[in-house]
Amino acid sequence: MDAQVKKKKLGLKPRYQAMTRGLDWQTSYQDMDKVFPYDKYEGIKIHDWDKWEDPFRLTMDAYWKYQGEKEKKLYAVIDAFAQNSGQLGISDARYVNALKLFIQGVSPLEYCAHRGFAHAGRHFTGVGARVASQMQSIDELRHYQTQAHTISNYNKYFNGMHKSNHWFDRVWYLSVPKSFFEDAMTGGPFEFLIAVSFSFEYVLTNLLFVPFMSGAAHNGDMSTVTFGFSAQSDESRHMTLGIECIKFILEQDPANVAIVQRWIDKWFWRGYRLLSIVAMMQDYMLPKRVMSWKEAWEMYAESNGGALFKDLARYGIRPPKGWEDACEGKDHISHQAWNTFYNYNAAAPFHTWTPNAEEMEWLTEKYPDTFAKYYKPRFEYYGEQHKQGKRFYNTTLPMLCQTCQIPMVFHEPGDPGSICYRETDHQDVKYHFCSDHCKEIFTNEPEKYVQAWLPVHQIYQGNCFPEGTDPTVEGFDPLAAVLDYYEIEVGKDNFDFADSEDRKNFREWKGGVEEEVSP
Amino acid sequence: MSLTTLTDYPVVAKDVRDNFPAPLIYIGWDDHLMFCAPVCLPLPAETPFGALQAEILGGVYGAHPDFAKIDWNTVTWLKSGQPFSPNQALSLAENGLGHKDVIRFKTPGLKGIGGSRA
Repeated sequence: MDAQVKKKKLGLKPRYQAMTRGLDWQTSYQDMDKVFPYDKYEGIKIHDWDKWEDPFRLTMDAYWKYQGEKEKKLYAVIDAFAQNSGQLGISDARYVNALKLFIQGVSPLEYCAHRGFAHAGRHFTGVGARVASQMQSIDELRHYQTQAHTISNYNKYFNGMHKSNHWFDRVWYLSVPKSFFEDAMTGGPFEFLIAVSFSFEYVLTNLLFVPFMSGAAHNGDMSTVTFGFSAQSDESRHMTLGIECIKFILEQDPANVAIVQRWIDKWFWRGYRLLSIVAMMQDYMLPKRVMSWKEAWEMYAESNGGALFKDLARYGIRPPKGWEDACEGKDHISHQAWNTFYNYNAAAPFHTWTPNAEEMEWLTEKYPDTFAKYYKPRFEYYGEQHKQGKRFYNTTLPMLCQTCQIPMVFHEPGDPGSICYRETDHQDVKYHFCSDHCKEIFTNEPEKYVQAWLPVHQIYQGNCFPEGTDPTVEGFDPLAAVLDYYEIEVGKDNFDFADSEDRKNFREWKGGVEEEVSP
Repeated sequence: MSLTTLTDYPVVAKDVRDNFPAPLIYIGWDDHLMFCAPVCLPLPAETPFGALQAEILGGVYGAHPDFAKIDWNTVTWLKSGQPFSPNQALSLAENGLGHKDVIRFKTPGLKGIGGSRA
């Protein structure tokens, strides 16, 4: 009998070529432009898709094996955490509010990213970009799932997580992340990559993930740390996609530079505004703090970002227009954001509180130029009022920025005691903005942003009451109707931490022992 | 159209006057950032400006320790950042205030909690 000839195994590179680059073909029954309608309309010119570099050379079979192993480990940790009542090992129950913010405002973005990359992957004619987008699409879906599974253990014991998907589409502050991603998803596939892969994942993602994950580690939340680690290897692949895609687009045609620059200006600023909630989480919501927002900004944005834009200068790209204002804001935005949620905590399904004495000291030390002068007095006042049973809640709905949808809380650059007001007219209607950059994003594409679903305006239009509500009946309470529409459990999900069920329960579970909480 | 799209589609502005029971007016109190942002209120066009001061602002800003100290004779107003001298006896509309106008008031001598402009 003849010896069987063993088939020669392909090397890594040819194998990768065979399993990815052979996947595209020219359509013949239908015009290519009809099959791929989104490939050209943004004005980006691609002459040679084969120049697209795939730095990871990951094939789907390898992806499956690798991710499967990672997730086995993650689920073992999640199980152990649940069985050992890991939720009792966290620093104090205030920490859980960072997780509430995460499952309400960040995890749904993973799902949006899954959809966005699936769309981009479908519509590129270049096969390298298509495979990379499809793989990232699956990553994002996995991230949503692992986050939901990890945090579901906390949902059994704490309020403020039970309706996170419902809230994402309705609750006022969640329109900020929602509108951010819907803006990206309704751009073309190239804008989507510059928005999400480059501006968010490459430039800003460390500012999102590192604070949350090191925050989790410092506060004894090992299950969240584990999903962070599981996601981290994907994140580095996503960041690489971000930098590769921008270099590829810029190298393909000189006419692409101006388009890409405008997207960088827009998406850097939109991402920066979105990160305001991370800034406040870092400075106010972690009982055991990692580093201040200001320090994180200096490390991850100023030094890393500075080097990045120096590198991109050879393509004709300059730093984003909002860069200097963003750097100036590092001393302020966390305090301004926390004050906002403190004001409107009656309508937000997580808890806020005034920092205790030791925390005030830490903030004063980390923000020597601004905290004591501008922010500490109001928090001290709130604390005193609360002690007298007069916890301050703002009962009038705020004015919102038409672009970022955040209440108009940000200061005039260079003048921290004044609100920054900007406005413009479009077809005889006035529109208002929190900054020059949000205004410019609007004036570049007014038709897009006049359609914005601004929560405050929607409430006043009567669109945020439960179906069948009659606002004309005597004694109608509009705010109660809105909370009902949000499906917030009043007295459980909202209001100050000091008066919360979360605090009371956690203290009981811990046998009456508690960290120092104000007031 | 400035939007880059594959095909035309109807753009519907969400916040035109007709969609609200009354025009929206935005109001800010300078140097008092304890109230984190200016507020948004639907106010009938025929509301006298004096009523805004006498009846409405107290409900919005009354929780601030400076509010009771305001000397309304010294208060100055801005509309879209420009000096504005409202006539208290006339309505909002007669004072030239329309849908989505923004007005701010300054209260001389009052600089917020502990002088922090909050």
